[in-house]
Amino acid sequence: MSDPEGVGSDPVFATDTPTTAIPLGFEAASPKEMTPPAGGESQDTGGMVHQILRVFVENKLAVIGVVIVAFFLVFCFLGPLVYHTNQTNAQLALQNSTQNSPPGHGHPLGTDDSGFDILGRLMFAGQISLIVGITSALVATVVGVTYGAISGFFGGGFDALLMRIVDIGLSIPVLFLLIALVTIFHTSTALLIIVIAVVSWLVPARLIRGETLSLRTREYVQAVRVMGGTRTRIIGRHIVPNSIGTIVVFATFQVADSILLLAALGFIGLGVPAPQTDWGSMLSNGVNYATDGYWWQIYPAGLCIILVVIAFNFIGDSLRDAFEVRLQRR
Amino acid sequence: MTRFLIRRLGQAIIVILGVILIVFLLTKLGPPNALARSAIGPRATPAEIAHFNQVNGLNLPIWDQVYRYVERVVVHLNLGYSYQLGQGVREVIAQRLPRTVSLVLVSTTVALIVAIPLGILQVVRRNKPVDYVATGLSFFFYAMPSFLLGTLLILYFALDLKWFPVAPPYNSSFWTIFADPRAFVLPVITLAAITVAAFSRYMRSSMMDAMAEDYVRTARAKGASSKRVLYGHALRNALIPIITLVGLTLPAIVSGALITETVFNYPGMGLLTVNAATNHDVNTVLGTTLVVTIATIIGSLLADILYAVADPRIRLGSA
Repeated sequence: MSDPEGVGSDPVFATDTPTTAIPLGFEAASPKEMTPPAGGESQDTGGMVHQILRVFVENKLAVIGVVIVAFFLVFCFLGPLVYHTNQTNAQLALQNSTQNSPPGHGHPLGTDDSGFDILGRLMFAGQISLIVGITSALVATVVGVTYGAISGFFGGGFDALLMRIVDIGLSIPVLFLLIALVTIFHTSTALLIIVIAVVSWLVPARLIRGETLSLRTREYVQAVRVMGGTRTRIIGRHIVPNSIGTIVVFATFQVADSILLLAALGFIGLGVPAPQTDWGSMLSNGVNYATDGYWWQIYPAGLCIILVVIAFNFIGDSLRDAFEVRLQRR
Repeated sequence: MTRFLIRRLGQAIIVILGVILIVFLLTKLGPPNALARSAIGPRATPAEIAHFNQVNGLNLPIWDQVYRYVERVVVHLNLGYSYQLGQGVREVIAQRLPRTVSLVLVSTTVALIVAIPLGILQVVRRNKPVDYVATGLSFFFYAMPSFLLGTLLILYFALDLKWFPVAPPYNSSFWTIFADPRAFVLPVITLAAITVAAFSRYMRSSMMDAMAEDYVRTARAKGASSKRVLYGHALRNALIPIITLVGLTLPAIVSGALITETVFNYPGMGLLTVNAATNHDVNTVLGTTLVVTIATIIGSLLADILYAVADPRIRLGSA
């Protein structure tokens, strides 16, 4: 039976078993199913990549997800080249337009309380949301994978210590830790990326550690050892490439989660500092006027967040299926 | 089972000590004199900062500071003083914590009551419209920022339809949520929505897994009715991991409570933290983070004990 959710068997002692639930139920493929392809150094042949791609493209949800993400990338980064609006100076924006005006009259989606054009602002804010979401997910993945691979590879007391640190980190509710970090370090956009990564690297660390534990006992890894391959080589050329499925799937889900975390920070008022903004800050700004009936300040930004987050979840789900199907030698 | 409990308790204590250490390190990793600036204000003079550091032992060697901090927190349960609130952090938290605990408790219960039947329904009608709609909705609610959901609920059900009050009563204790349930309907829905999405997804796949097990096939082969197989065999086994999931999801639910409290202006730990953060009240932010985390760890511990009681493999085994 296919197991699209990839549920592990018994996550009570997540430290003792190589399976972990990502909070909120989106769980990457359980490591025990991720048998690596036969063969040593992971030089993915064209055939394998092709097969993954084929399964991925056959999945309708995957295609929908990719189309949505591609649309928003074009919309946010190329849109401003076509649709010119002032998004940095509220005073100038106010001189040329009015506050809180409804859609129409040169503003297809209306204006906000500072006179900024909403359509233009969606592009401007989307750049930040996407950049922060994607880069923080990448940083979290790189850090987590390195940490997890080292921990699992060396094993023993060292591994136990490193995993206990992960346990401790995971027990702190993310938003509280995030707020504590932002309060102490104060915000800038670059720092937000780091701070979101700091609260997000724990899950991949644990996932990859689990995979490493099973990979390091395989014949081809033993063979490299016997041939005198260095530890760096074993981890870098064999263990990490053979865990690529888990890594990619996690990174995809994390982009969605990072965008949501940034939105939550924006709502609390600790998001990207002005004059920059992100979809979450836009939305929470609109929410302040919810009782005034300015619906155009809420729904467009809300829809952007929901669509992008769903799209990344679609892609992540489909990637997981694709990698699993490959491994099952369909 | 005793060994299981002792081991689990030991783990929890280690994790709590680790969290205390991390919270201490947070004050050290930040910009220099973060604590002093938070206490005295942005216009602190170097002399004032030096005096503050002297009085509070912030010039001592780092190991002395660690020891003093752990002793202060563990032995004296002293979380410092909030200069912004003019009150001890422990005293403020003592008022707020019960409210958050009751909000989280009620929402999690509601989420389970909705998610478990939903997951079963999805398995019974798998790959039928009901399954797709439920899966679609769970994607949607997962992707929706909870402050947006909360605001929309207020907008339509509190302001337009006037079914529920806009905000729960301000002077509420642990029991208010049970004394005035109507005021808590919207906050509880807001907090439960995301959890339902996650739980039902998990419940669905957990049931699917159980349906593929050998004992289900055996039961079928013996001629058990499909109802009996579903509820008697598959469900009982699928429910056990859900208990663990609650424990693992607890930190995320508590994070959700922070947003929910802010949306509904409900004076619990979340709102306290958010207000403290906007006031650069470092002591309060660190205090709430510490206490909320310890409460979460205790919650997860209780879930694991429940798991041990529910799972005969642990209850009867020596593990």
